[in-house]
Amino acid sequence: MSANLALAMRLLRREWRAGELRVLLFALVIAVASVTSVSFFTDRVYQALLSQASDLMGGDLVVSSDHALAPDYAAQAITRQLQAVETRTFPSMVLGPKGAQLAMLKAVQTGFPLRGTLRVTDAPFAPDRVADGIPKLGTVWVEPRVITALGVKTGDTVTLGAKTFTVAAVLTGEPGRGGDMFNIAPRVLLNLDDLAATQLVQPASRVGFALLLAGPAPIIADYRLMVEAKAERGVSAQGVQDARPEIRVALDRAGRFLSIAALSSVILAGVAIALAARRFARRHLDSSAVMRCLGASQQTIARIYAYQMLVLGVAGSLLGCLLGYFAHLALVAALGSLVGVDLPAPSFLPAGVAFTTGIATLIGFAMPPLLQLKNVPALRVLRRELGALGAPGKLTYGLGLSVLAGLMFWQAGDVKLGAYVVGGTLVALILLVLIALGMVSALRVLRGRPGSSWRFGLTNIARRSAGSVVQVVAFGLGIMALMLLTVLRGELLDEWQKTLPEDTPNRFLINIQPAQIDELKKFFADNGVKAPDFYPMIRARLEAINDKIVNTTTLQDERARRLAEREFNLSWADTLPKDNRIVEGKWWSPPDYNKPLLSIEEGIAKTLGINQGDRLTYSVAGEKFTGEVASVRAVEWDSFRANFFVMGAPGFLNNFPATYMTSFYLNGDRHQLLNDLLQRYPNVTVIDVAVIMAQVRSIVDRVTMAVEYVFLFTLAAGLVVLYAGIQATQDERLLENAILRTLGGSRRQIMQALAAEFGALGALAGLMATALAAILAYVLATQVLNVPYHISPILWILGVLGGTLGVGMAGVLGSRHVVSQPPLATLRRVTA
Amino acid sequence: MSHTHTPVLVVEKLGKRVDMPEGQLEILSDIDLSIFSGESIAIVGPSGSGKSTLLGILAGLDIPTSGRVLLNGEDFFRLDEDGRARQRGALIGFVFQSFQLLPSLTALENVMLPLELNDLPHPVETATDVLQRVGLGARLQHYPRQLSGGEQQRVAIARAFAPKPKLLLADEPTGNLDSRTGGQVIDLLFELNKERQTTLVLVTHDDNLARRCSRRVVMTSGQMSEHA
Repeated sequence: MSANLALAMRLLRREWRAGELRVLLFALVIAVASVTSVSFFTDRVYQALLSQASDLMGGDLVVSSDHALAPDYAAQAITRQLQAVETRTFPSMVLGPKGAQLAMLKAVQTGFPLRGTLRVTDAPFAPDRVADGIPKLGTVWVEPRVITALGVKTGDTVTLGAKTFTVAAVLTGEPGRGGDMFNIAPRVLLNLDDLAATQLVQPASRVGFALLLAGPAPIIADYRLMVEAKAERGVSAQGVQDARPEIRVALDRAGRFLSIAALSSVILAGVAIALAARRFARRHLDSSAVMRCLGASQQTIARIYAYQMLVLGVAGSLLGCLLGYFAHLALVAALGSLVGVDLPAPSFLPAGVAFTTGIATLIGFAMPPLLQLKNVPALRVLRRELGALGAPGKLTYGLGLSVLAGLMFWQAGDVKLGAYVVGGTLVALILLVLIALGMVSALRVLRGRPGSSWRFGLTNIARRSAGSVVQVVAFGLGIMALMLLTVLRGELLDEWQKTLPEDTPNRFLINIQPAQIDELKKFFADNGVKAPDFYPMIRARLEAINDKIVNTTTLQDERARRLAEREFNLSWADTLPKDNRIVEGKWWSPPDYNKPLLSIEEGIAKTLGINQGDRLTYSVAGEKFTGEVASVRAVEWDSFRANFFVMGAPGFLNNFPATYMTSFYLNGDRHQLLNDLLQRYPNVTVIDVAVIMAQVRSIVDRVTMAVEYVFLFTLAAGLVVLYAGIQATQDERLLENAILRTLGGSRRQIMQALAAEFGALGALAGLMATALAAILAYVLATQVLNVPYHISPILWILGVLGGTLGVGMAGVLGSRHVVSQPPLATLRRVTA
Repeated sequence: MSHTHTPVLVVEKLGKRVDMPEGQLEILSDIDLSIFSGESIAIVGPSGSGKSTLLGILAGLDIPTSGRVLLNGEDFFRLDEDGRARQRGALIGFVFQSFQLLPSLTALENVMLPLELNDLPHPVETATDVLQRVGLGARLQHYPRQLSGGEQQRVAIARAFAPKPKLLLADEPTGNLDSRTGGQVIDLLFELNKERQTTLVLVTHDDNLARRCSRRVVMTSGQMSEHA
């Protein structure tokens, strides 16, 4: 075995020196470098997005509990060198000189928030600033509504339980605020060390305890696992992705966009390596036969090639990883200021993915033909026609395809996305093979007929049928991956950006009484604010599912328990709200009005185990009603429009007491308008989602930028596919053109034939690739990314023209040396 | 030419048939042949007479449909393919019409290859010696593409003799060479054969070449007859 290894290495060294490995190694290094740089970059951008989103929560992880957390939670954080601060939250009355207001008190420790900032101002709705620390002992920071309701200003005093505090600032921004948008009393923030003196926390008080944590992502993930493993009743861990639906949806979508970009580079890498590996195997047919003749056993030959591929795979992949790493550093340096945040240190997972892509694709695609080499009969030394490698697409490539499919699933990190991209690529592969075979047999009719060099070029496609099929498939898949990325960075990202136009509502008004609707409409009209729509809201609690009382203590899932315990806002509408899509059942039509029908959002339905046809019983202020789930809806939460988990058919809920809500867009400099509004309608609550919206916008912007730059890197892998694709038939072409030259063929005729051949291959590949990319993009847009997509005619022009010209020109240029070599030299070399 | 009475290769009732669309085609039938150590034997005959098929079977590269071949007293076709490869490595050297040098290896490395594959000692020294013997001492680091046809065939001869085989099989060794170069290559082949006491079996069209061998067998439509 060691003798084989040593021999394999000696042969590898000799082949390297002779230049035999250049195409393969080049394809491997560039493909792996492309996957590495793309994966590193997308991973870091995604990590940056996550850490930025953590600003909204005040930490990377929040452990919440309905009872005091055992000291072990903080101790475990200290052991892991995580930053940690505690908070307590509970509702209480705040007393001021003019009355009382129910507020949500939050007592915080020095260091809060670990992520993001607190923002304060001196008067409600005046320009604010980043706060310095937390409220000092004896002081509180309060939200504008407390100021309005109690008629106080900064410097005045308010009473919380047994202690009087000075209002030191007006609180305008707080991470973690608005976790439950429609269920909030105004915030009063105080120092945790003051809490005991208020004597508000008694054994029966409903206090929310929380431990906020921040630190490196893997340690946070580990800590979270520890919390989940404890599975302590009433304790739950929330990461940023579980926090706000808008951010979660935007992050998920960002992740998918970045995954598709990275997957495109994996497809290209796979094609490039597969092509180069196939060429390597073909060029070693004779060597295998000679070695068999010289006494090498099948096992020896198999081992020699296996060792060679392993060493080549490891070396090429390592080199590719290094190159990709440095390329991504250059990208980060170039984009540093544009990305706008400090990118977190890279995790080394992307290098692992790329390394495995390199080795696994090389072995997956190179080993089947190389293992065939061991079966090359030694008699080939006497009869060359024996032992030719089988055509592509046969089962021998099943291993390579399975490996690549597995890697794509891994890279996708999402079963649905993985299934669509892998399935789409496989379907594309099969269709490309079939179409290429069809073209080969269609062009066969030209064989044997006299004609121009153009015709000769086209019949070449039919004569070199196996090579032509390989080329159409390779060029087709390559162009498809590039087109998919083109659509992704163009139309699909545009559509996502369009979901959040400049005037997207950034303020929500809730608790509006029915009688105030007309007045408010007038108020908005007088102030030049676009008249918003008003939606009814009924606060209800879920009592029973299919007449079975909901027992929150038996629910295993913490989120399900939270959802079941709280009050829901129900609404009704005659038309399906924009950004909602029916996934099960159907939306009601006029004959269904007044019937007890409900429509439920799919996420909450899944969490609570509710299906279409189930009967839900709610109680509203003690009165119960039951409705049947007529439909399940998917909701685009990151659209920032008013959306509801549960909606009823018109007429069904009209008799229950309702308040109304609306949303509108307010320019940043019109704070006074809100002051006026709150003074006139003190019962109304304003919720500012501008910060969250800015966060979602920045996610979209950064993903756009990342995909844009990733595109450039992926192009490099595309060029390798082009190069390796042209090389695929170069050996046969060399001999053929030497014979043509010997028979008097002019350089011009041969060049024309080459242009016709590669132009036709490129046109067919481009046409097929565009069609396949458009279909795949449509499926991904509607099923995975949830954005609308319309196939652009420019895509067809780009694909077909790009394919014809790109492949045609590259083919002619890449084959020039075939024509420029003296025919005798070629003949002697090839026939020797 | 002196030779002992131990046959290196014995062929008994050898036949080879292949299936063709129009029925079975008999390429070789009832071939009997004994080749003794130190002999040189030419297999001649027109194209399509079965010479190369016979050579392929003698080398264990092809399988007969009937009869047997004893190499050094052992039934060659009772071994599996890997067993025959080992026997080839240990006992047989080859010279082909189309040279069959590996293009990515230098002249020296091509000659070293059978020594390395069969784990023989001192491959560099042995290969260098043989290449010097065939007059290519100055061309050790040249690739096949940098050598003329005659030089390439001399490298192939050096490769065949390097592992000191008992039996040397040559398939039209001058077929790709002009007559002058061909003559030089044949001189070399016979000199080495004599020096190293190898048994030589060669397939050729060339009567002059055939006459230099100690024995001559003629193939006609798959049948063999021996001429003195």
